Amino acid sequence: MIATGQPVSRSHRLRRRLRHGDVPFRLLAATFAFVVVALLVAIVGVAWDGSAAAREAFGLRFLTRTAWNPVAGEFGALPAIYGTIVSSAIALLLAAPPGIMIGIFLSDLSPARLRGPLSLMVELLAAIPSVVYGMWGIFVFIPFFRGAIAEPVSRALGDTVPFLAGPVTVGRGLLVAGIILAIMILPTIAAVSRDVLSVVPTHQREALLALGATRWEVIRHALLPYARAGIVGGMMLGLGRALGETMAATMVIGNTPRIDPSLFQPATTAASLIASQLPTTNTELHSSALVYLALVLFLITLLANSIARLLVWRVAGAAGGRR
Amino acid sequence: MATTPPTAPAIRMPPTSEAHLVLEGLTLRYGARIAVAPTTLTIPRHRVTAIIGPSGAGKSTLLRALNRLHETVPGAGVDGRVLLDGEDIYGLGVDPILLRRRVGMVFQQPNPLLTRSIAENVSIGLELVGMPRRERAATVEWALRRAALWDEVRDRLDHPATSLSGGQQQRLCIARTLAVRPEVILMDEPASALDPIATSRIEDLIRELASEFTVVIVTHNMQQAARIADYTVFMTPNEDGAGEVVEAGPTEEIFTAPHNQRTEDYITGRFG
Repeated sequence: MIATGQPVSRSHRLRRRLRHGDVPFRLLAATFAFVVVALLVAIVGVAWDGSAAAREAFGLRFLTRTAWNPVAGEFGALPAIYGTIVSSAIALLLAAPPGIMIGIFLSDLSPARLRGPLSLMVELLAAIPSVVYGMWGIFVFIPFFRGAIAEPVSRALGDTVPFLAGPVTVGRGLLVAGIILAIMILPTIAAVSRDVLSVVPTHQREALLALGATRWEVIRHALLPYARAGIVGGMMLGLGRALGETMAATMVIGNTPRIDPSLFQPATTAASLIASQLPTTNTELHSSALVYLALVLFLITLLANSIARLLVWRVAGAAGGRR
Repeated sequence: MATTPPTAPAIRMPPTSEAHLVLEGLTLRYGARIAVAPTTLTIPRHRVTAIIGPSGAGKSTLLRALNRLHETVPGAGVDGRVLLDGEDIYGLGVDPILLRRRVGMVFQQPNPLLTRSIAENVSIGLELVGMPRRERAATVEWALRRAALWDEVRDRLDHPATSLSGGQQQRLCIARTLAVRPEVILMDEPASALDPIATSRIEDLIRELASEFTVVIVTHNMQQAARIADYTVFMTPNEDGAGEVVEAGPTEEIFTAPHNQRTEDYITGRFG
């Protein structure tokens, strides 16, 4: 037994703590933790500084201007903000239902033998580099999408529904980007859903089973309500990923800073506009506008992630606060 | 020396004609491990039958086989028969969903649905059987009255179930079970998480329920069994670690004149 009530001199205690690495370890860990804060401050600082010329020229009107013309020195962020939000919203809409269902299957329906391999596959989906998704989009998905979906749909409905208006030219556009992004955020939503569903206590499941509930009724009445906030948190994490995704979006969205109601038309996102134009800027205002756009994108993703965190914390709090 | 050999099971339960449930060679497994050795037993109608015994005697496992909840555990296996009013619940074509509406269960830990209100917790079973919403209120009130909870919650039926105390939550779970009007109510140590006052209220309630329902209760508390049970079943692990019924019969006999040496050792506190 370690002597607890023994009187020990202060210097002895200090030596002991030093020898056991208590103090040095704490200092080291704290240093790294603060490096993260410093990095964040530095990045925001650089973005703030780099966007000075554009901020001076356009101010907050930058957010509502639609023109993006490097030659004329006209820059507005609205088309990029629109493209970012719409493509991410499409991605979330398409990825959430299957993602949640994959989570339900993995946590509750899958045979035990399949659970491990399937979970691994879902996580592998998240490990595919985004440039590969982009390539797959260009070589496989867009040719299929243009011929099998975009052209017939826009011919049939394009005149009445402005969202689906043609003509479909290259096939790149908002909807394609949304679909590719959906595939990319699917594993995030599936994995978080699986995790929050599998921590629903057994007694909640058995409460319903013992009343004669079917599997589906157990899922509907016990699992989903209990895990709801966590699932929404997973969706928001996926949304955060879609908002900031650069490479795949750049490759398939068409990179046209224009707001067109049709989802079949080329558009751009903030990230892809920056990635495609930053290497070829000639004027200070142009590069400054791109940095300003980066600042805006950072704020959008920060907002989405904060909401996600808040929701996930609420679940954890509710589960932990229960007696 | 005991008058009977200590290993011979002494079963003195009522005849099959008075039984609501009949266990015939019921054997329960988890994978290859036998959790409950072949058990043959009658459980009388509209009586309280307590299952007592040390930890690991397979009491809960046996109880969970009576509403086929045992088989929801991965690897669980069942042999033998359980007759409910003469019909084998493990027979071909028996739907465990329908069985569980006839054989309700109350768990050790009060488990109200955390995301639902007091009234919704009672009516959830009615929702499952498809009773229209406006018809549910009367049954909810009946069940809450029957569970001796109505007076405490009548003014806050829409409050979350988690706003109740542990003892109230357990009575809420009993009301939830009663609402679907089962014939048999299984209780797995329903008072073990509660304080003495809440425990005593649950025990009074169980005695009352016996007028209308067949109650099977697992308890590790011998005094509780002595207080509330008409019949008592004593289980203990055998040398292979499988639980087996050593003695069963009228509660008074079990506690005052046990036939089996192991029962006597247990109730006099010499082991377990």
